[in-house]
Amino acid sequence: MTATPRTTTDRFGDFGGRYVPEALVAALDELDAARTEAMADPDFRAELDRLQRDYTGRPSPLTEVPRFAAHAGGPRIFLKREDLNHTGSHKINNVLGQALLAVRMGKRRVIAETGAGQHGVATATAAALLGLECTVYMGQVDTERQALNVARMRLLGAEVVAVPTGSGTLKDAINEAMRDWVTNVGHTHYLLGTVTGPHPFPTMVRDFHAVIGQEARKQLDDVVGGLPDAVCACVGGGSNAIGIFHAFRDEPSVALWGFEAGGDGIESGRHAARFSGGQPGVLHGASTYVLQDADGQTLETHSVSAGLDYPSIGPEHAFLHDSGLARYAPVTDDEAMEAFRLLCRTEGIIPAIESAHALAGALRIGPELGEGTVLLVNLSGRGDKDVDTAARWFGLVDDEGQARVDGEAGPGDADADHEQGPDA
Amino acid sequence: MSVLDDVFTRCGEEGRSALVGYLPAGYPDLPTSLEAVRTLARAGADVIEVGVPYTDPLMDGPVLERAASTALRAGFRLKDVFTVVEAARDAGAVPVVMTYWNPVLRYGVDRFAQDLADAGGAGLITPDLIPDEAGAWRSAAEERGLAPVFLVAPSSTDDRLRSTTQACRGFVYVASTMGVTGVRASVGSDAERLVERTRAVTDLPLCVGLGVSTGAQAAQVAAFADGVIVGSALVRALGGEDGLKDLEHLTHQLAEGVRGV
Repeated sequence: MTATPRTTTDRFGDFGGRYVPEALVAALDELDAARTEAMADPDFRAELDRLQRDYTGRPSPLTEVPRFAAHAGGPRIFLKREDLNHTGSHKINNVLGQALLAVRMGKRRVIAETGAGQHGVATATAAALLGLECTVYMGQVDTERQALNVARMRLLGAEVVAVPTGSGTLKDAINEAMRDWVTNVGHTHYLLGTVTGPHPFPTMVRDFHAVIGQEARKQLDDVVGGLPDAVCACVGGGSNAIGIFHAFRDEPSVALWGFEAGGDGIESGRHAARFSGGQPGVLHGASTYVLQDADGQTLETHSVSAGLDYPSIGPEHAFLHDSGLARYAPVTDDEAMEAFRLLCRTEGIIPAIESAHALAGALRIGPELGEGTVLLVNLSGRGDKDVDTAARWFGLVDDEGQARVDGEAGPGDADADHEQGPDA
Repeated sequence: MSVLDDVFTRCGEEGRSALVGYLPAGYPDLPTSLEAVRTLARAGADVIEVGVPYTDPLMDGPVLERAASTALRAGFRLKDVFTVVEAARDAGAVPVVMTYWNPVLRYGVDRFAQDLADAGGAGLITPDLIPDEAGAWRSAAEERGLAPVFLVAPSSTDDRLRSTTQACRGFVYVASTMGVTGVRASVGSDAERLVERTRAVTDLPLCVGLGVSTGAQAAQVAAFADGVIVGSALVRALGGEDGLKDLEHLTHQLAEGVRGV
């Protein structure tokens, strides 16, 4: 290899950069070079497009939801159905891109962090597809509340490691994945699942998710003959939001709205709303907004949604926030769960609890937009993984997890029925 | 000449390596931590790295991770680090602080540099701040005569070894193995090779860290490095039942090791 030039750091205004141990700099440079080459390589693009079409099922549909919109005060509402992708969320878009890059770089192993489990499942899936070894780090608390996804990852052949340190959630899983990476960087690619981390991750992950907004913009134009008035997405690390925002960023008439986890409410202190209480700082390799105390120690966060339960946010969102190019607001657990129930009942779609935050946001801003407007919501994932959480929330199961039913049919005497059955 | 330059010159004249001991401030609690750095200085540490406990120490293995959690639970506040630095200096060692970047950023880079200088600190080691991102800190350090100490790693290219060491003052932290902090059974050949590569681009003293836990390992590293950094092993000793006594005993052994005894 010839001498590489001094590291270039990519920033979004004041945010981004590379706040990492020196040991990782060479790997980040290698990754940056590989992804730049790959994106300019027609063969790589063709392979990624083929997988997105034949494996993921892209383009994902755009669904108008009039019965849901009837509760939103006027606008027509369209859902970008990332929930219908293979593995059940938008996460697969980025994962396939990075997994192909890992193969291209000659790495035989991928590692990932996961919160709700969606990114872990997508990574385990791609690893199985491409014959890569896979280890997924998941906070201990999250392994308990997303047990089904732990089983899914293991069925797919991934090793799942529970992380008990710190708050036992997504941030601690990222710490542990970083520790693994710095130790095994020679043969391992860290398949980071969101638009944060050191450069080039925020840019690269955004570029792999930009397909969401590109498709939605065209699909919506086919139906309504124009742009939406607003785009709504939930924001944890912020990958699904950046993915749908990117195609509309240069359109001043389109309001971009990110909805963060408001947990028990901002005033309770139990939330994960970085733009309602966080300050600029550094976490996990990026300069961005961080929920932190006066000494710069990271605060513990809370959300009913494991995927949004994270104390910092992708640096590009910090830039969009400070520059006023996008607006952000918190949605409480209660509001998100009400929107979750409403979409189930009015449209027959069970959303991920993460995505339910975007739906709640749409219900909130709908009346301001009013009649004759068009609202696009990124339905980033499906709610299969959340059925247990939702069942407990709405009292559909008892404390032991046993189902409660609405009623019992007829006076049952099984033996008598059997004697009178058709085979008797 | 800074106090760091003095200590490495003196060790060189004595024909030995410097012993650089790491302890987290406020571990297991602040009073014990103050006593621990005094013990470390008395028992032969030339330079003391005072660590800042942090909630997300992604370069640290389980021993230091747990120590940071313990210190935070015991009520560690960032300003306490200056009290520990003062104690180390008053006990005769040269104190430097080792910290992840966010606490400094939150405290204010200039204010931190000023308070560190006032407490008698000689420099700052920043495991997650590379020179590329350190513009503000390097100016603040230069203004107050503090040494910015950056890390080099086995994966560093020759170009990065050159640019990183050019940004260092006092000494260079040579992270000898790819991985997190922690005790290792053997120090590995990567260390010596990385020291050689680094020597080729700088005249600064080179201190080797990550993995040293015994007097014998210290002697082995002292054969090719200007300083031997010991962290996890000291923290583990301090965390035991007879912490301060075990710390003193281990430090004596390490001090003999760097003298090739």
